[in-house]
Amino acid sequence: MSGVQNRAPLLFLTVLIIATAGLVYELLAGAIATTVLGNSLRQYSITIGVYLFAMGVGAYLSKFIEQRIAQRFVDIELAAALIGGTQGLLLYLAYGRADAFGVLLYGTLTIIGILVGLEIPLLMRILRDDLDFKDLVAKVLTFDYLGALIGSLVFSIVLVEMLMIPLERIGILFGLLNCAVGLMSTWVLREHIYPRGRLQLRLKGLLVGGILVLALVYSTRLRIVGEQGLYPERIVHVEQSPYQRIVLTSDSSRLSLYIDGNLQFTSMDEYRYHESLVHPAMADAPAGARVLVLGGGDGLAARELLRYPDLGSVTLVDLDPAITDLARTLPGLRTLNGDALADARIEVINDDAMVWLDEARPGAIAPFDVVIVDFPDPNNFSLGKLYTRRFYRLVREVMKEDASLVVQSTSPLIARKSFWCVERTIASVGLHTVPYHVSVPSFGEWGYVMARRTHFEPPARLRADVTDGLRFLDDAMLPGLFTFPRDMAPVEVELNRLNHQVLVHYYSAEWAQVN
Amino acid sequence: MRLSRREMLSAILGTPLASALAACEREPETAAIAGGFVEPSMEVGHRLRDAAPRDGDFEGAPVTRTEVAIVGGGPAGLSAAWRLARAGRDFRLLELEPQCGGTSRSERDGGLRHPWGAHYITTPLSDGGPLVELLDELGALSREDARGRLGGQEELLVREPKVRLFYRGYWYPGLYPRVGASDDDLTQLARFERRMAGFAALRDGRGRRAFAIPVDASSDDPELTALDRISATEWLKREGLTSTRLHWLLDHACRDDYGLTLEHTSAWALIFYHASRMDPARDNDADVLTWPEGNGALVAHLEGAAGGRIDTGQLVTTVVPEGDGVRVDAIDWRSGKARRVRARRAIMAAPRFIARRLVRAGLPAGSADFQYGAWLVANLHLRGRPRSRGHEDAWDNVLHDSPSLGYVSATHQRGRSFGPSVWTYFMPMVDGDARAGRKRLLEPSWQDYRDAVIADLARAHAELEPQVSRVDVCRWGHGMIQPRPGFIWGPSRWAAAQPVGPIHFAHSDLSGIALFEEAFHHGVRAADEVRAALKEGPT
Repeated sequence: MSGVQNRAPLLFLTVLIIATAGLVYELLAGAIATTVLGNSLRQYSITIGVYLFAMGVGAYLSKFIEQRIAQRFVDIELAAALIGGTQGLLLYLAYGRADAFGVLLYGTLTIIGILVGLEIPLLMRILRDDLDFKDLVAKVLTFDYLGALIGSLVFSIVLVEMLMIPLERIGILFGLLNCAVGLMSTWVLREHIYPRGRLQLRLKGLLVGGILVLALVYSTRLRIVGEQGLYPERIVHVEQSPYQRIVLTSDSSRLSLYIDGNLQFTSMDEYRYHESLVHPAMADAPAGARVLVLGGGDGLAARELLRYPDLGSVTLVDLDPAITDLARTLPGLRTLNGDALADARIEVINDDAMVWLDEARPGAIAPFDVVIVDFPDPNNFSLGKLYTRRFYRLVREVMKEDASLVVQSTSPLIARKSFWCVERTIASVGLHTVPYHVSVPSFGEWGYVMARRTHFEPPARLRADVTDGLRFLDDAMLPGLFTFPRDMAPVEVELNRLNHQVLVHYYSAEWAQVN
Repeated sequence: MRLSRREMLSAILGTPLASALAACEREPETAAIAGGFVEPSMEVGHRLRDAAPRDGDFEGAPVTRTEVAIVGGGPAGLSAAWRLARAGRDFRLLELEPQCGGTSRSERDGGLRHPWGAHYITTPLSDGGPLVELLDELGALSREDARGRLGGQEELLVREPKVRLFYRGYWYPGLYPRVGASDDDLTQLARFERRMAGFAALRDGRGRRAFAIPVDASSDDPELTALDRISATEWLKREGLTSTRLHWLLDHACRDDYGLTLEHTSAWALIFYHASRMDPARDNDADVLTWPEGNGALVAHLEGAAGGRIDTGQLVTTVVPEGDGVRVDAIDWRSGKARRVRARRAIMAAPRFIARRLVRAGLPAGSADFQYGAWLVANLHLRGRPRSRGHEDAWDNVLHDSPSLGYVSATHQRGRSFGPSVWTYFMPMVDGDARAGRKRLLEPSWQDYRDAVIADLARAHAELEPQVSRVDVCRWGHGMIQPRPGFIWGPSRWAAAQPVGPIHFAHSDLSGIALFEEAFHHGVRAADEVRAALKEGPT
């Protein structure tokens, strides 16, 4: 028996791993294509078709390789390891550039298909003299198909669902496995490769392995580079806090903040949003007013408050220290918020606003003259609870008798039921409400609800000593904010309660129609 | 002999799940996770079973005199004490454990309160009665509804999302596995729900609800109580309800509330679970009231009402009529000192398997019909929240292919969605024979339970172990009374509730259903019996 015969089990293991890795590359391409381009049925159909066709091309091309077949076989394995292994990462790098993404997807998929398609015919030709041909064909093909089954099960059930390994890392891990098999082949097939060739191949193998290890180490960082494609401007800061993913982007004219992919503000028009949030509620505030800001960790509402020379104090409660730290330290943001959070009149508390209000009861916090509620839109239940009857009851308890409350309340045009649900829920805890709206180009038509314990008229004018500094609001336009045209007029809604958060359901249904 | 990991998982989680775990999962690193068994004084209880002290030990022991002696400080005993306290009666309550509450016990770890067992009650469907009185004392109810109807305070009603289901690698909202359900599955689900709504609206000739909480308020119409003689499986078969998804849903309900599988649960109990909580007037399920520490909040309130008339760590050995009253012998098991309580009346607020050992004479036959399920409860202390795929964290988090019921999050109701938390993981031993379940419960070591619980939950949460700092495990050997076919409407339960001379009985097992409301009902009933007897008798 020849040495190769003795090592036959290792050869079949090679076949198995090649097949498993090949299938994983194919599934990865399908999965990433689905996340970027959507329409999973189409993406999977096309990737599978293209891949199988490319394998056929590879099988055909194998007949043109006539010399040093074993050496070429290992070369091909290493090439498949490199391209297959890094394909996921490359695709993420092309995220958001739809044209380049398609070319890259089908280009790499075709190359990988061809390489994998070359492998099996070449291997069979290498071994035809060592092993009985009938037996060889049967076994090689058996392990090939078995590998496909293992690949599909391991990929979907174990790696993605159970271990939840990011897709790009799965690719790299299989690339490394593929590379290891390539290196092993230089030993298993040593009778078929000249010593010098073996050395060369091993060096190449180590190089490919090294590249893949580096890719694994830097994959998270590289993926952020790819994430850039999702945003219109350059990313200047990315941070994953325990609570949310924070991305700041910037170009020469603007700075924008995204939380979990949703735009929070852009410097081009955030003044419209923040002036409208703060100044109507402050119009009747007494001198030395105590103000509570819930949310608003970016410091932009605080900046508007600091315009009042007789401001008493501001208590700002924001869940995420990552946001308030950014507002204090990131130069672009500090410029935008006028370094508001460094002002001695502002106290910052990092806590969940609802838990903070609840634990502060009863009477542990002195009541406020103005309460400003500036949370992200209610797109999940953790945020939705900050728009419930229970929450507004807690807010009411920290409002002085003549205090003003204002709540940012999403778009009355796009999310009409959501807006009026917020308004009705506030009214249901015994507060009198005055809804209003303004246009913020980057958001659209935007809504707010003002409320007090007693009946009140919409403010007729802003505080004279701050109007000079404003870029958007003035007394003349003020009355127009409080009338709602027909397409934003009140609708029948249920109240948002902790135990039945209708608002989250309204909101996701209404915004789903737009996005 | 230490079992292999595979054998250990198989013993605790069952073979199919153990095989799946062994086949395709990395083994979680659990060695650094602390904890231990934290449980009721099982040993002291066994001492009582094995070597009852002789009466001679108590001669000359100090004597406490009171109007009413209450034996047992679980929800039934505490409710009796509350009722007597509100009526201005004198009493003394003796509890075996260092802490009152029984299976409604709770614990505080730093700022986090969490339950060790029972964790919710249903908002009463009608205004009035002692339970409403109790809940009003707690400020738990609201009548703000536009029609002035009774509801729970919003902060105590379980916050949405209430329940989610881990099914095939993904968390879905709600409990019923809707994804992939066939039209027939959904039709059967709807048919079952309609059937339950029908039972909820049903009244007997005397105007009583067919299925009401407490069980004693339910109709005893023979046509309805006949349902108690067949199993839930049998009833579903008769109704032509065959959907495996529906069966899974109902089996989960029975395991959750009764610690029994469908085939061992009485059909009456299955229907009770659903119909007794439905409010036909509102066409929906009554809301569930919960506190971060579970029913521990109710326990704390009841204890407060007892105003220092509770002695813990008391191993009661005998309750016996004597003269025109009753004598209770007990040992303070921390000091080893014997004591006696002489009272005019006694309330045995202990489960039947204990009551029969303490009250030695005059008990009716049938105590052996009281079967109790064994339960495992594990509290996982988390540094932060592990990731999960799919629907966001809920209060009740159920895993479809698990012998456990999943876990309840202690921080959900508080509104803390991030940072440290405690998950309370429940697993009933649903063996056909209750004693076999108890034996199986006691076999594994704490390490085995820690590893099995983590292995079960790690399927649904990647990188779970680094977040877990501690796993405390409590084994409830006689966790809850089981409504097996024939028990609820059989003779033994009714007979056991009747007083024996000056000794009255109160416990949820007298309902056949282990709900706080049932324990409360029997505590109040026994207290009222005692009050009536004290008024009649010599003063």
